[in-house]
Amino acid sequence: MGGHVRKFIENAGWPRIIIGLFLLSLYAAAPFVNVRVLTSLSDTLVRVGMNGVLVLAMVPMVQSGCGLNFGLPLGIIAGLLGATTSVQFEARGLAGFGFAILVAVPIAAALGFAYAQILNRVKGEEMMIATYVGFSSVAVMCMAWLLLPFDSPVMIWGYGGTGLRTTISTEGFWRHVLSDFAAFGLDGGAFYFPTGMFLFFFMMLFLVWAFFRTKTGTAITAVGSNPEFARASGIDVNRMRTISVMLSTVLGALGILVYDQSFGFIQLYMGPLYMAFPAVAAILLGGASVNKATMVNVVVGTFLFQGILTMTPSVINSLLQSDMSEVIRIIVSNGMILYALTRKTQVKR
Amino acid sequence: MAQLEPLLTMESVGKEFFGNRVLSDVTFSLGRGEILGLVGENGAGKSTLMNILFGMPVISGTGGFEGKIFFDGREARFSSPFDAIDAGIGMVHQEFSLLPGFTVTENILLNRESTKYNLLVEVFGDRLRTLDRKDMRRRAEAAVSAVGFSIDPDTLASEMPVGHKQFTEIAREIDRSHTKLLVLDEPTAVLAESEAEMLVQSLRGLSKKGISIIFISHRLQEIIDLCDKIVVLRDGSIVKETRPAETDIFQIANLMVGRNVESAAERRRSMASTDVALDVDKLWVDMPGETVRDATFSVQKGEIFGIGGLAGQGKLGIANGIMGLFAAGGSVSVKGRKMRLNDPAASLASDMAFVSEDRRGVGLLLDESIDWNIAFTAMQVHDKFVKKLLGGLVKWRDDAAMQAAAEEYIKILDIKCTSHRQRAVELSGGNQQKVCLAKAFVVSPEILFVSEPTRGIDVGAKRLVLDTLKRVNEELGTTIIITSSELEELRSLCDRIAIVDSGRISGIRPATDPAPEFGLLMMGGELPETGSDIDAKGGDA
Amino acid sequence: MSGPCTSKRFKTSDNIKHFLISNSVPIIFIGLSALAIPVSGFSAAYLIQEMLTRLARNSFLVLSLLIPIMAGMGLNFGMVLGAMAGQIGMILVTDWAVVGIPGLVLAAIISMPIAAVLGFVCGNVLNRAKGREMVTSYILGFFINGIYQFVVLYAIGIRGMIRIPFTGIDLKIPVTNPQLVLSRGYGIRNAINLTGLRHALDNAVQFDIPVGGASPFTINVPASTYLLIAAFCLFIVWFRRTKLGQDMRAIGQDMAAADSAGIAVERTRVIAIMTSTVLAAFGQIIFLQNIGTMNTYNSHDQTGMFSIAALLIGGATVSKASIANVFIGVSLFHLMFVVSPMAGKELIGQAQLGEYFRVFVSYGIIAVALVLHAWKRYQERERARRDLRGEA
Repeated sequence: MGGHVRKFIENAGWPRIIIGLFLLSLYAAAPFVNVRVLTSLSDTLVRVGMNGVLVLAMVPMVQSGCGLNFGLPLGIIAGLLGATTSVQFEARGLAGFGFAILVAVPIAAALGFAYAQILNRVKGEEMMIATYVGFSSVAVMCMAWLLLPFDSPVMIWGYGGTGLRTTISTEGFWRHVLSDFAAFGLDGGAFYFPTGMFLFFFMMLFLVWAFFRTKTGTAITAVGSNPEFARASGIDVNRMRTISVMLSTVLGALGILVYDQSFGFIQLYMGPLYMAFPAVAAILLGGASVNKATMVNVVVGTFLFQGILTMTPSVINSLLQSDMSEVIRIIVSNGMILYALTRKTQVKR
Repeated sequence: MAQLEPLLTMESVGKEFFGNRVLSDVTFSLGRGEILGLVGENGAGKSTLMNILFGMPVISGTGGFEGKIFFDGREARFSSPFDAIDAGIGMVHQEFSLLPGFTVTENILLNRESTKYNLLVEVFGDRLRTLDRKDMRRRAEAAVSAVGFSIDPDTLASEMPVGHKQFTEIAREIDRSHTKLLVLDEPTAVLAESEAEMLVQSLRGLSKKGISIIFISHRLQEIIDLCDKIVVLRDGSIVKETRPAETDIFQIANLMVGRNVESAAERRRSMASTDVALDVDKLWVDMPGETVRDATFSVQKGEIFGIGGLAGQGKLGIANGIMGLFAAGGSVSVKGRKMRLNDPAASLASDMAFVSEDRRGVGLLLDESIDWNIAFTAMQVHDKFVKKLLGGLVKWRDDAAMQAAAEEYIKILDIKCTSHRQRAVELSGGNQQKVCLAKAFVVSPEILFVSEPTRGIDVGAKRLVLDTLKRVNEELGTTIIITSSELEELRSLCDRIAIVDSGRISGIRPATDPAPEFGLLMMGGELPETGSDIDAKGGDA
Repeated sequence: MSGPCTSKRFKTSDNIKHFLISNSVPIIFIGLSALAIPVSGFSAAYLIQEMLTRLARNSFLVLSLLIPIMAGMGLNFGMVLGAMAGQIGMILVTDWAVVGIPGLVLAAIISMPIAAVLGFVCGNVLNRAKGREMVTSYILGFFINGIYQFVVLYAIGIRGMIRIPFTGIDLKIPVTNPQLVLSRGYGIRNAINLTGLRHALDNAVQFDIPVGGASPFTINVPASTYLLIAAFCLFIVWFRRTKLGQDMRAIGQDMAAADSAGIAVERTRVIAIMTSTVLAAFGQIIFLQNIGTMNTYNSHDQTGMFSIAALLIGGATVSKASIANVFIGVSLFHLMFVVSPMAGKELIGQAQLGEYFRVFVSYGIIAVALVLHAWKRYQERERARRDLRGEA
């Protein structure tokens, strides 16, 4: 019996259990401080749907041994280009959203390809480099947002300046097109379920899961598990890594589009800078390691992480009359990443 | 030269690793200023003996050793290498441990630098003493000249030729003012002839200064030239203690490999086919530590061909090079068709398979399940275990077929595991090796390379592995090329054996030839060269 | 996959490439500055003054990065830990209204144990993450930032936010100055004016150099700060000659070889990080006294990135950095910092563009340096292998 418990703790890891219990206690405490559990749950679910695909974007690179994708901003940029282009062309509704995807995916694939060429030359040091490649690309895009020839009046600065605004509303274009699709509410609107967004999220989960069930997906997993073994089996290791990086980048682009349609705003400039960190923290929280991740890790991790993000402001604030959510977010997410990085893994390099 | 009281005495030293006896009843003594040559095949127990002497943690961590060692008049039972160093034993390892960005001086005096006092020492302790560069240089020069070679003490290690690195390592040991015994493990393996000659000279000089030396080498001529005393180890026991004047290299070679030849192959199968399965011409392979310089041989269809030789001579490089794992050149033809080198996929596509000597590094996906390990290569190379969906657009992994294959091999090879889902890392060495074999069998290769098939596995598994190889060869006609350090294993299994020395094939003989013949081929260099080239080319045609 | 005979032919061109790669970064930045300075229209005297100020302000921080590089631990992204310690010292000293040099010394004394403890934690965490020190220290910086924010936002003030039950004792570090504390009674304001400490060190010993010409101008030299920086440089030069410094160099090259020679590898690595963290705390104090105001929640963040970027622009790499790299780097980086908004404005009519360019350079240079380092290591491994192959 004690052995079982110990084994469970070993498998899950202390930080994960502590955070899980913390979230549980937040839900338990909610009714006592006049926070409606149903509303909180609804908020959590909306945020899970919003962030799910971004977290999913970690999986391919983790599986191929490229480590945690701190370069997520690269995919996000491609998504943002798709989003702004569709607004520029006044594409509305589901079609507009589809148009944004059509623009974003090839850009993401191209960026991902270039990004993979860098990562293939710096094996073993991918994570730090990915972080700064992500950061630099955000900075480059800051300049590009100023210079690109967008002229839709809803997007550019009002007072005669050139360049795009820092936040652009998707109201009237494709705000909530996924979220509201077959959405339903309960209890007079206290509970809202964004059915369409979840359908999209689960479709993506299914596609990625299916991809890793194919011959190529199997090869990518083997490359991540032991690149020397894969090479001895005739696999082109760099090619597999390239595919995984491109896939991650494309998922990043799709992820930000889902996020933006639910959020209602496109955030440009420095907005994407730190977006990789919550996604990284979420997948680690879900039980992934630096080189193994599953769909379950994605779903569980996103739920736990977003759960804490939604519950801490409401519950902790009511308890302590002070907004500690930001500090808790920083400590939880970075603590989780730190834990994963310092854990002794059996992985051979 | 030996004086009144020996410096080092070993009395009935023995060692067991997990019930596996590797040393028994080793007794010898070494006088001050004497040079002892220690020879033996791989696995004869040389390194274990040195590990015991040096107090390596592998020994104490596995239950210590039997017998007694006396060093410098006292019983010695070192608990760590540092104790051994303190007592006055210096060791020069096969691989260099010099810091590339440090000068000769800095390397020789690493962690033994001369220092000067300054005020801050009072606050922060002795590590803030400043280095006394002048004194360091003086000491380094003294050590270098004691070894008997000349080099600018400010040369960076990264810019030195290999030979100088070796001398610097020795100088490092000499600098310890109290070094009384120096152990050199294959110091000449990486040296050119002239450098080796210089080293031998300098060792003689050291011994005149009263430093005793244990010299491990497979170059028997050097041993005879240099040493005062020769100890031959075989299977963990001393088979002979002699003096160079009383012996010659042929006798030593004989002693090393032993005369018990009863196990030699009795398989004079009729070789139905004389078709050539594999033709290798002037192959070079850049495998670190196992460089192949020029290998030429051909293997007949249905043959079991052995590749033997001492560690570091290049025998492992041949299979790795042909399978595309390390940069290679020359020409390799499979069934008469020339094959592209440096491309593992091409090698696999030519119906070859490889069981690597590096099981954990190359052979297995340690973190994946048994069925993945077995099926992966076959899936990727031959599209086995793949279901085509949507008209071949999607190649879906067929988990059911993988499971079936894994279960079949688990049964055939008697792989001890909880299920086909168990991760490879959790299996014992022998069972991991069986998984590696299954992985190779499942692609039904025509040519199978197996490297060190029995290294690090228990006796039962060893038997099963070898029997399985034999059966596959007999029943399916698979051509098998086995690389092994254990000559007896090769002789019990193979039709012909090639011996590799210094990256070249020094000879190919039928397995029925007497063992000392192979022993001589391994010792290389001192053999009459005539004929070996012809042999290498033509096989036993 | 070049064969053994082709490798020799590439040797000479290899060496030239080697040289260009190792010096490419400063060369590019000198070129960029040479183009941007005339465009920006700043006068030489103005730029010299700016550079002198900024060198005094930043050099100490950048110098604190050298020791971990020597010990092979890469760029110490964990230096922000020291910066945070320095800031806590500055907050307390400002509250106690100790001004001038004594104030700065007191701030240093307060921050030192905090930085030492944080450095100790950092060193031990990095010992658990050998081979990925940089990304780990980077994340550790974020993590400790969370704790720092907790302390500064909730545990400092007139009253504490958390009261230990039944005792009536507040969990707090007392700070009473209402100009520091948020109106709610705990937590430090975002922007703090370090009135009594402003230029306390810079102005201790200083002199002016009048510049004649069309528009007369005086260049102010904060000599005392430079003296301190010079002392630090001497310390580093001396430190390299100590036994400890030698041990760090050895560990930096080959941990296993150093270990087998009996050097206490892990302990020495912890010492390297602790030293760096403490020095970074001092550096941050010098930085803040020059600026005169403190951005409680952001100052340390930028410190880390700017210091690392500056060092890299000076031609340092992840594994090799000298004192010269520090000064060249700080000058070039800050020259670009001053010039690029103006240049952007003159060229495209948008100062914002120049600002973003600045950000891009800070991030980009770190990315490029990391890529070059990893790539070079890969090539050196290849080269070593080719050497090993010997003659075929």
